[in-house]
Amino acid sequence: MSTTEIDRQWTTRLRKRVAGKLPPEKLLPDTQPAYVSSWIYVFGVATLAALIIVIATGCVLSIRGPLWWHQSSIGHFVNSLHLWSVEIFFFAMVIHLWGKFFMGAWRGGRTMTWMTGCVTFFASILAGFTGYVSQTNFDSQWISTQAKDGINATGGGSIFNVLNLGQMLMWHIVLLPLAAIALTAVHVLLVRVKGVVPPYEEDSEIVQ
Amino acid sequence: MSKKAFRPDVDAPTWRGGHSPYDIIKEGTIALVVVGVLTVLLSVFFGSPDEAAVTVKKWANANPIDFATTAANELNGTSLTAGYGPPYNHAAIGQKLGPLSLAKWAGVRIPINPVSDFVIKPLESMPSQPVLQQNLAMWSSASSSTQSGWVTDYVKAVPKMTFVNGHVVVPTTNAGPVSVLVDNLTQMARSGALDQALVTGGGYYTTDYTKPLLFLADGTYLAGLAANQHLTGTQWGMMNETGQYPGQAWLWLYTFWYQIRPYSASTNADVLVWGTMMALSAVLLFLPLIPGLRAIPRKVKVYRLIWREHYQQ
Repeated sequence: MSTTEIDRQWTTRLRKRVAGKLPPEKLLPDTQPAYVSSWIYVFGVATLAALIIVIATGCVLSIRGPLWWHQSSIGHFVNSLHLWSVEIFFFAMVIHLWGKFFMGAWRGGRTMTWMTGCVTFFASILAGFTGYVSQTNFDSQWISTQAKDGINATGGGSIFNVLNLGQMLMWHIVLLPLAAIALTAVHVLLVRVKGVVPPYEEDSEIVQ
Repeated sequence: MSKKAFRPDVDAPTWRGGHSPYDIIKEGTIALVVVGVLTVLLSVFFGSPDEAAVTVKKWANANPIDFATTAANELNGTSLTAGYGPPYNHAAIGQKLGPLSLAKWAGVRIPINPVSDFVIKPLESMPSQPVLQQNLAMWSSASSSTQSGWVTDYVKAVPKMTFVNGHVVVPTTNAGPVSVLVDNLTQMARSGALDQALVTGGGYYTTDYTKPLLFLADGTYLAGLAANQHLTGTQWGMMNETGQYPGQAWLWLYTFWYQIRPYSASTNADVLVWGTMMALSAVLLFLPLIPGLRAIPRKVKVYRLIWREHYQQ
């Protein structure tokens, strides 16, 4: 096989493209620009950390099924871990979002980074909601019977039935976690490819 | 070759300053440990709420009058579900967003017939009840106008309904089989059999609680419990949960619209709130592309606080 032929392979071309866009020193950097020095940056990594705990505790809850946490004190504690990691996740995510807004973090070709972050936020809200209506307790009964009116009014209730426990649970533990994880992965990779947005240049005469 | 003008809200200057050491793995590990410890501490000190689910059995035993009244409303077609419209039935067209009838266009995809699904079919599943079977046969063989006349007569007497010796008593003489049907449905509910009949309507295995939840929501018992826990819509209930817990605090903006006019006074409040939230979400998503809005962070200068060390230098 000639070198030219190898170079034309999809695998070779993909590897070169990935290596060009995301070399190891960008994927796992050991330095960062000096301006990356603020507590606000903590909330991005805190969101990621909370997401890992949310998924880990959700996996533990799924081992014995959706009713286990009502019947076992250990299960109830794992549910508490799941709840509070979700609260921390959203708290950190919202501060991260506001921080990025005030940094104008979409500048410099980072529009997709902003958008993937927003879509992750929307998917997470839906994941949280489907979790609340899958609790199989009074909260899930009340929240679902109230929320149905909103989604039914949009026509969405015809395919997304919040009163159907099986459907909500499957969205909560399969579809939405997959979406949230995939979106988060793309978002983080975009951050690594594009780097952290630099501060606003207050000299208006600068050109690029 | 001409240089493209620098757009301060779109372009970012190239960083030509220095770099600092950055251990991304160490940072991630520390974050995981700190968030993990915080999660454990919050769980140990505050736990999580778990108020037991309300069953139809519990409802019918706690408030048999409310249950029987709701059953009568289901037969009369005056319950919330009976008059709901899409996706459950054709009784209404659903809410409208301006000229758009989104619910109507989506259609009736989860058909619910309250008379049949909530009353008649569950009663038909009851074995060895000769009097009940006789009254069910009387109901099913009557014309719809006769059925309507019986139910109207019964509903007129509902305000005088009493619950005596485990039976629903309504002072009426022209309600045909309705008194027997409502009383038997109440007995069935109080025994717990109706809970099972409502969920297994579609077969042995099920995970769909649409019917029992709609039936429960048609009564006042569930709403009363929710009001006691400050969970109703006017109490910002969508984002709350039982007990003193943060709930879905991130839904504050969604819940906020329900508290103010014109939303709070509109018969199309739900679709208006959803429309507003969809529009705002689109604005957030496409913010980098919207002139004016994308300039806000540069103009309010909060970034000087975030990068204060940089600007001090």
